[in-house]
Amino acid sequence: MTQRVLLVDGNEAAALSAHKTNEVIAIYPITPSSNMGEHADAWSAKGRTNIWGTVPEVIEMQSEGGAAGAVHGSLQAGSLTTTFTASQGLLLMIPNMYKIAGELTPTVFHVAARAVATHALSIFGDHSDVMATRQCGWAQLCSGSIQEVHDFALIAQAATLKARVPFLHFFDGFRSSHELNKIYELDDDTIRAMIDDDDVRAMRERALSPDHPVLRGTAQNPDVFFQAREAINPYYQNIPGIFKEVLQQFGELTGRHYAPFEYVGADDAEHVIVMMGSGIGAAEEAVNRMVSEGEKVGMVKVRLYRPFNAADLLSVIPASVKRIAALDRTKEPGAEGEPLYLDVVAALARQWARSKQTELPQVFGGRYGLGSKEFAPSMVKGVFDELGSKEPRHGFTVGIVDDVSHTSVDYDPDWSTEPDDVRRCVFFGLGADGTVGANKNSSKIIGESTDLYSQGYFVYDSKKSGSTTISHLRFGPRPINSTYLIRKAQFVACHQFVFTEKMEMLDLAVDGATFLLNSPYGPDEVWEHLPGKLQQEIVDKKLKFYVIDAGTVAEKAKMGTRINTVMQACFFALSEVLPRDQAIDEIKKAIEKTYGARGEVVVQRNWDAVDMAVDNLHEVKVPETITGEVRELVPDMPEQAPDFVKKVTSIMMAGKGDLLPVSAMPVDGTFPTATAQWEKRSIAREIPVWDDDICIQCGLCAFVCPHTTIRTKVYEPAVLDGAPDSFQSMDYKTKEYPGQKMTVQVAPDDCTGCGVCVDVCPAFSKSDRSHKAINMEPQLDHLERERVNWDFFLDIEETDRKTARLDTVKGSQMLEPLFEFSGACAGCGETPYIKLLTQLFGDRILIANATGCSSIYGGNLPTTPYAVNDDGRGPAWSNSLFEDNAEFGLGMRLSLESHMELAVHLLKKMAGDLGEKTVQGILDAEQNDETDIEAQRARIAGVKDKLSKMDSEDARNLLKVIDALANKSVWIVGGDGWAYDIGFGGVDHVLASGRNVNLLILDTEVYSNTGGQASKSTPRAAVAKFAAGGKPGAKKDFGMIAMSYGNVYVGQIALGANPKQTIKTFLEAESWPGPSVIIAYSQCIAHGIDMTTGMTHQKEAVNSGYWPLYRFDPRHSETDHHPFQLDSKKPKIPYTDFATKEARFAMLERIDSEAFHRLTAIAQEEIDERWRLYEQMASVERTVPGMTGVETVEPEDAGNGSGDANDQ
Amino acid sequence: MAVDLKTKYLGLSLANPVVASASPMTGKLENLQRLEEAGVGAIVLPSLFEEQIIHEETERVRMDEYGAESFAEALDYFPPLEGYNTGTELYLDLLRDAKKALKVPVIASLNGTTTGGWLRYAKLMEEAGADALELNIYLIAADPKVSGAEVEQQYIDLVQAVKKEVSIPLSVKVGPYFSSIGNMMLRLQDAGANGLVLFNRFLQPDIDLEALQVHPNVELSTSFESRLPLRWIALLRDELGVSLAATSGVQGAPDVIKLLLAGADTVMMTSALLRRGPTHVANVLHGVRSWLEENEYESVEQMKGSMSREKSPQPGAFERANYVKTLISYTGPYV
Repeated sequence: MTQRVLLVDGNEAAALSAHKTNEVIAIYPITPSSNMGEHADAWSAKGRTNIWGTVPEVIEMQSEGGAAGAVHGSLQAGSLTTTFTASQGLLLMIPNMYKIAGELTPTVFHVAARAVATHALSIFGDHSDVMATRQCGWAQLCSGSIQEVHDFALIAQAATLKARVPFLHFFDGFRSSHELNKIYELDDDTIRAMIDDDDVRAMRERALSPDHPVLRGTAQNPDVFFQAREAINPYYQNIPGIFKEVLQQFGELTGRHYAPFEYVGADDAEHVIVMMGSGIGAAEEAVNRMVSEGEKVGMVKVRLYRPFNAADLLSVIPASVKRIAALDRTKEPGAEGEPLYLDVVAALARQWARSKQTELPQVFGGRYGLGSKEFAPSMVKGVFDELGSKEPRHGFTVGIVDDVSHTSVDYDPDWSTEPDDVRRCVFFGLGADGTVGANKNSSKIIGESTDLYSQGYFVYDSKKSGSTTISHLRFGPRPINSTYLIRKAQFVACHQFVFTEKMEMLDLAVDGATFLLNSPYGPDEVWEHLPGKLQQEIVDKKLKFYVIDAGTVAEKAKMGTRINTVMQACFFALSEVLPRDQAIDEIKKAIEKTYGARGEVVVQRNWDAVDMAVDNLHEVKVPETITGEVRELVPDMPEQAPDFVKKVTSIMMAGKGDLLPVSAMPVDGTFPTATAQWEKRSIAREIPVWDDDICIQCGLCAFVCPHTTIRTKVYEPAVLDGAPDSFQSMDYKTKEYPGQKMTVQVAPDDCTGCGVCVDVCPAFSKSDRSHKAINMEPQLDHLERERVNWDFFLDIEETDRKTARLDTVKGSQMLEPLFEFSGACAGCGETPYIKLLTQLFGDRILIANATGCSSIYGGNLPTTPYAVNDDGRGPAWSNSLFEDNAEFGLGMRLSLESHMELAVHLLKKMAGDLGEKTVQGILDAEQNDETDIEAQRARIAGVKDKLSKMDSEDARNLLKVIDALANKSVWIVGGDGWAYDIGFGGVDHVLASGRNVNLLILDTEVYSNTGGQASKSTPRAAVAKFAAGGKPGAKKDFGMIAMSYGNVYVGQIALGANPKQTIKTFLEAESWPGPSVIIAYSQCIAHGIDMTTGMTHQKEAVNSGYWPLYRFDPRHSETDHHPFQLDSKKPKIPYTDFATKEARFAMLERIDSEAFHRLTAIAQEEIDERWRLYEQMASVERTVPGMTGVETVEPEDAGNGSGDANDQ
Repeated sequence: MAVDLKTKYLGLSLANPVVASASPMTGKLENLQRLEEAGVGAIVLPSLFEEQIIHEETERVRMDEYGAESFAEALDYFPPLEGYNTGTELYLDLLRDAKKALKVPVIASLNGTTTGGWLRYAKLMEEAGADALELNIYLIAADPKVSGAEVEQQYIDLVQAVKKEVSIPLSVKVGPYFSSIGNMMLRLQDAGANGLVLFNRFLQPDIDLEALQVHPNVELSTSFESRLPLRWIALLRDELGVSLAATSGVQGAPDVIKLLLAGADTVMMTSALLRRGPTHVANVLHGVRSWLEENEYESVEQMKGSMSREKSPQPGAFERANYVKTLISYTGPYV
């Protein structure tokens, strides 16, 4: 049988089988499983059918819990239904999973297994999520390769229909979900043959229907519950038999034969590893190599993990085995061993003696690969060595250095099983240069158009801007199951010259390998520009060294900074995977296939790039002399850097975090803040340069800067004594600071070059309209100068918070930001709000942060952006989960209040010792402004001083809680996915609580962090993932819902449209003693805009009435009785003027013009109607009962909304 | 006596010489039907711009790749859009729909300045059923280093390239900014143009004094502007063997009649239709018909070119000498 060859990743492989065999698919995005849902949604959107000829209904739910509920309901009503998930998402499904299994309902959930958040969140792969569901009563089937993912997805479906027990089909997150590999596609005939329609009809007969009504979901009492629970047993007993029959049938149809447990290795093995998942690939290579060298070792691959059939396991283990290592990819602290270990021990204890007649083997448990920690054959060899030692350890680890509990086994990292006939190629690139895309393409070309097998795996760093990527590609004559990173490459490509100074690359090259470098320097001059270590490796390893000036070639081909095609052509020209001419021909065909449908212009440009690439590729005659300085590439940390940063963070920054031992890690996930300042990434090609002749001191550049890399400070003229010559300064023009100077300063190494500051700068040169007070210029021309200036600027004393005007743009920008240099995307629409939050209140806030973009750029290692001031104060930040953030923040508030109560109690109790006046001073303190707060801190400091000298329990206790009496503010921060969808129940509850918390919703109108899936904030007519045909429904009016409570402060803001209103809203929200919510318009890459112009888009969103600005302040109900104030003006431009400039809307016109016109017409009506409603609300008199004791305020205008300097 | 309004243009038989020129109005099928009901002789669809084609094709890819493959959780930001068309395909859809719905000839329009991949749209337009193709060469010679001869050669190259793509008739629409307009028109004819459309009204930029920004400002034409094509059609009618279409400033029947007298085969209207709507065509035709009847013409063919330079009673009036005379004869209050 000819089977079609595909080059796909694990997610697509699973989704292909699932989409063919289901009728309803309920989805929710979570990394690394989101792509399964995205594929299913896109396929259904374009009408792809399942094997019964219907298009599966794909529906996005508000959470994984919701998805599981919808699945349960759909199954009950008789439709074949599935879902895709991972990690916390799977945990949210557990309650329904019990029900689905208890009701014997056939279904398959496909899980890209991922670590469950504990001391930290990890998006990467291990089995902790699936292991947390093994008690639910589901069969669990584990795939270890991409082909298996594709096959087992179908096998599970066939088996569940026969067995009636639901199946959890899982594979390793990233290593399998994101690895590209060559597979044989299951065609419709095979799928049809595997799925027995009798089983499907039987399921439908059991379904709920008023035509044959039954009742399911009774409440049972002590008399029968137990018996009823046991009634299910035969179905579990049948599963192994059914499963083997299904495997048999599958093998006959496809030629691919699987078993519940499979053994590889020596028939007379004495030492055996038992494991499951992608690690099998690495382990099998190690076992084969060791057996070929005469060692008595073997491995059991676990496929069907639940029900765990001891007889099947024992049937494959040779009777000669003396020691077994059961390897788990999860950790279960406090248990005698991890789950697979316990299962193996139990199975052996119960059945070994009966079935083998030999001595019971010893079993040792070990852990590997948590959070996608690399697992390579060398580590497997290490495990076997441990088994061969005199006293192997139980509970060992492999792949790390555990110098605390001493669990880790040693291994030789250079021990390799890579065969010579597999080509191994590693590429170092930037996210923005297209390297990964090109390599995926190369993998596909070779995998799909030749007999060679191909594998691609891609490693990204933790930053969203300027991120580096490393691509690992293998090509060979046999299926490639090397499920680990390449350590010995015959081809190494460096796509960015700057990496030669920053990254170790050639340690991966084997002797005689080819090294391709994208270099602005030609073959005759490049050598002198290389660092010594690189030169040495080239010489010592006798590398073949080639250069190409890919930047210039790409520019000539009109490809901009996308060097992908150029480098891809060079790779094919040099790598010898294919003959050169054939390779070039195949690239061109692939280009046509990729871009052809969208236009020949792009095809032609790429073709030109291919041709020019080959012509401009030059071999370098390698000299024998090393001219550069030979040194290690760990960044030098400045003297003043904290010890932790020098010893730990710097290692992670250098990409060598794998080398850090256990002792280097905090035991509880607690990390110091203010570390982003030590990571000088220098990623901008252009940086803003200030022209003090033109500047009007509006502060907007600093205000909008997403990475806090433009700052302003005001200072005494004397500060300039000793300033570097290049330091710019001008007289500061305000009443508050007469005779003082000010500076706008750029942090040249931290800027991402997004250009938002220049876009908003309102000051132009009178003689050259293209020249502003701030202009983007090449970074290299200004780097040295601005580094010196920046260092000097940092040493200038921060502006006194007591005298600064917090309520103006320029005043707020004189305040020290306590959030800086995050890894957010260049031009991010969220981060300016967070930066402002920290400028206004940063020294006294606790932040509860929902999982999402803001938790990733806020808390992803190695370095984090929240900072501290000179007093050591700054935001205290934590992320609990995605769904519970409002509750998490409320808990912080409750705790603060409890501390306040205790502090007051103890102060009063100790008034005699501390002084009545002192105590009363603290208890009666006003804390309405910065001066008040500082005075209170001083009072508290005085008391603390006394307390520290007192020897009593009360004194010691008060010392720990008295700081709560200086004003603190709780901020609950997250995106629309949290607030509108998964966390809405909690958000609603917290708003209803009446407690003094502040919610900041960074509304990007999609799930940004997982790549732009629709949320209930996604507007009508926008194209997003999970809304590939344009979102048909309206965006939820969150503000209206919140306002319905009456005692909730609600503000809707857009910083780029009206900065003053934004600041005002923050100040009012914070000062309102009840719940406050701010809904902040945040542009995102997923809007399909040029991010440089993000603030202009904000203005248009407001000007079109799409995003009205308003504030609902309950305090006004007591003064002018109009709590609702509409801050933006009547819409000036039609909605389509705004919408058609954003690809998210404009795309719909290109896909479905009729839908675009229909939906945008409705959207315009909605805008008109909402405006009419809001206008009426602005004149509605409303009082809020229960305002007694709350200080009221007079309403105030929030500026004209033009967003320019006149708004000061 | 019923007069015969028929005319020939680009080898096509038109019921009358009034043609709806390329404009936003001709971009909607509903308008096209209304124009046909009002009696229009032919319709030119809006221009598909070279820049638009290139922009649509590159932007979609740029957007797909922007921020992609950089961060493990978000390897891209938009769903795969296999049904996506680049906007240019909508144009072809409109053309196909127009051909299905209308009986009058439909002329497609391409607007650009350089040869290149985008020209394949000429062929696609032919395949979609266009009766003829109008190539609008909208070239602003902005680079002072490029000579007039080079600019002219660019026109010729472009016409020849398009001619290679299609077998339907090709008209070429140009502006009046040549040192020797007549010579240029002859060269365009030699390059393969089946007709010439005189003249393109270039959108002229304006400066917004409030925003201090430059932006093109659409000003609808006035009748006076039809004098420019009037002169050149009269001068060239007898020198050229190709169809001539007059455009710029045509407001009503008198303008149409004058241009036909000067030698135009068709007269194209934009501004007047945008101002007054598709039904204005019926008024114009009524005016033309009445004038012909009143002046006892039998047909448009009979009058076409009857006042070209060669046939005009004052041939010199189309040339420079006429200018001096105009000044002398002008009797305003301050002269």
